[in-house]
Amino acid sequence: MMDTSRSPSEASGFSRKLAATIIIVYMVVTLIPISWMVATSFKSVDSAISYPPEVFFEPSLEGYVNLFTNRSRQPKDYLDTLPPPDTWYEELVRSREMVITGPSKFLPRYSNSLIIGFGATFFSVFLGSLAAYALSRFKVPLKDDLLFFILSTRMFPPIAVAVPIFIMYRKLGLGDTHVGMIILYTVVNLSLSVWLLKGFMDEIPREYEEAAMIDGYSRMQAFFKVVLPQATTGIAATAIFCMIFSWNEYAFAVLLTQFNAQTAPPFIPTIIGEGGLDWPAIGAGTTLFLIPVMIFTVVLRKHLLRGITFGAVRK
Amino acid sequence: MAEIEIKNLHKSFGDFVAVKNSNLVIENKEFFVLLGPSGCGKTTTLRMIAGLELPTSGNILLDKEDVGYLRASQRDIAFVFQLFALYPHMNVRNNLAFPLKMQKFSKTEVDAKVMEAAKLLRIDHLLKSKVSSLAGGDRQRVALGRALVRRPKAFLMDEPLGTLDAEFRELMCLELRKLHDDIDATTVYVTHDQQEAMSMADRIAVMNEGEVLQADSPKIIYNKPKTKFVANFIGSPGMNFIPIKEKITPNQSSIKLLDSSLKIPEQREGTNSNENFLGVRPENLRLVSENGVKGNIFGVEYLGSRKILTVETQLGNIKIRVDSDTKVKINEQIQFDTLNNNQIIFDGSNDMALQSEFMS
Repeated sequence: MMDTSRSPSEASGFSRKLAATIIIVYMVVTLIPISWMVATSFKSVDSAISYPPEVFFEPSLEGYVNLFTNRSRQPKDYLDTLPPPDTWYEELVRSREMVITGPSKFLPRYSNSLIIGFGATFFSVFLGSLAAYALSRFKVPLKDDLLFFILSTRMFPPIAVAVPIFIMYRKLGLGDTHVGMIILYTVVNLSLSVWLLKGFMDEIPREYEEAAMIDGYSRMQAFFKVVLPQATTGIAATAIFCMIFSWNEYAFAVLLTQFNAQTAPPFIPTIIGEGGLDWPAIGAGTTLFLIPVMIFTVVLRKHLLRGITFGAVRK
Repeated sequence: MAEIEIKNLHKSFGDFVAVKNSNLVIENKEFFVLLGPSGCGKTTTLRMIAGLELPTSGNILLDKEDVGYLRASQRDIAFVFQLFALYPHMNVRNNLAFPLKMQKFSKTEVDAKVMEAAKLLRIDHLLKSKVSSLAGGDRQRVALGRALVRRPKAFLMDEPLGTLDAEFRELMCLELRKLHDDIDATTVYVTHDQQEAMSMADRIAVMNEGEVLQADSPKIIYNKPKTKFVANFIGSPGMNFIPIKEKITPNQSSIKLLDSSLKIPEQREGTNSNENFLGVRPENLRLVSENGVKGNIFGVEYLGSRKILTVETQLGNIKIRVDSDTKVKINEQIQFDTLNNNQIIFDGSNDMALQSEFMS
């Protein structure tokens, strides 16, 4: 007898299982490096570089302590003269025959990343949505050429213009500043943002803002109160793309930032421990670095899904 | 409420002329319908009254004040869109309150006005619903509610019933008209559906190719159309146009049709052309047994209360409306003549109706 409990367009039990298997295999493959990184962050320096690699190990917070502190090695006789350690992390450092000399630069670098990442994302989306709306609604002279020009700024890798930008930034005093980095990342993201958002704006019927304008609102008010809320899907998608770029950008950050506005990506590889790279600290830094962009994506994901159901009911 | 006057209104988009020097006066408390085929300029006219398009030239007076070049938000009019344009990110209550929020009312005033509009339209039980969960008719009511909640000077509606199914459309026609009367509104309504126009309007303006051809009550538009286009566009089926190969002179009261002579209303005007048309509605023709125009039945449409016969004659195909119990067969030879003196002569050179005893 035929199985009539499902509609013809629904997947059969077998193909569902197959799909689930493929997804799980893919997920495992993708997650291995990430889980290895997270595991490394909880290893001790010795177990991180041991051969064969340790899959099961005694967890330690050494990596995180090393990430957030600067330490110096001291002779044992000197350590014995010190008063007993006050905190668990001092104790951990003492056991490695070192003392804490102060906080490391990780926290300022991390907050630079947050400021520059979110700042650039905000401006990319804000300016992008205004430009996209204008290009979508108004008769702009040479509109197609303008749009092509905006797109053409992404036809070469951004780093190809590193030298002119470096010189410009030095002359303008924008090198190693938050403002400079926010401007740079905003500019790089804008072309993507304008194009993505224009597609979404084109889909929003003009009647909505026309209705609002007749109801006594100015075009700007109508844009913010009626058009933008309906472009949530597009804004969320665009913001995720912009955030990922600004958060991960390495090349310009190495070139243009050093002390004041250095972001986390160029900082993390410089974490050097005793006699080589401090892999647990690097693992800890990378793990912490992963978290904001992950939260950002998960939070906006709700809007992406909501947007899809929004689109299903057009009127 | 208000009087709307349109003076020499003209709108072109590049080379395309959407509205040609139109003049209209819409009286206070009038239900005024702009009717015409798609692309005739009726929606453009409405959008200019609303302020969504600016005129190329001409004036729009709202209560004697020229508003033609003001922003939409400064005109105090309301607009109901064909696709309703309810804000999907707000619930029904917020949709209704949205126009009021711009007008600095206190929260209790806003609530009271929203409730009043909702009760009037019988959607007060839906205030908390999401717009996307509403049925077509309820969306229509919410759209109307949003329009009337701030009691504007005039309501403009752009085919608001176009997306509803047929059964519901008839109901909404009645409701709309009742609502219009209840709140003493001035309404300008755009449609391409003559039934909607006929059933609701105080006056109808028939437009074609950017021109207002005639603005009159439904009865006059139907019985005394001023141009061939209006005569053909209104009525289902439209008017018959029988070619006449003779010059019409003032005071003429009969014409030759094939070998017989036909009485027509006494004409007040004449024509220069030899090619003119006799316009006669299908219901103003009848079957006769002798002395009529001869023809063959080509087709029969049964419409319940009546039948429409298409008759093939030497003068072309002619539609005749008869009672539905009239027995006729395809290809049957019949004769017909005119039932009354309601014929109109159209000048073949410009398609205008001639003045006559009947037309004046």
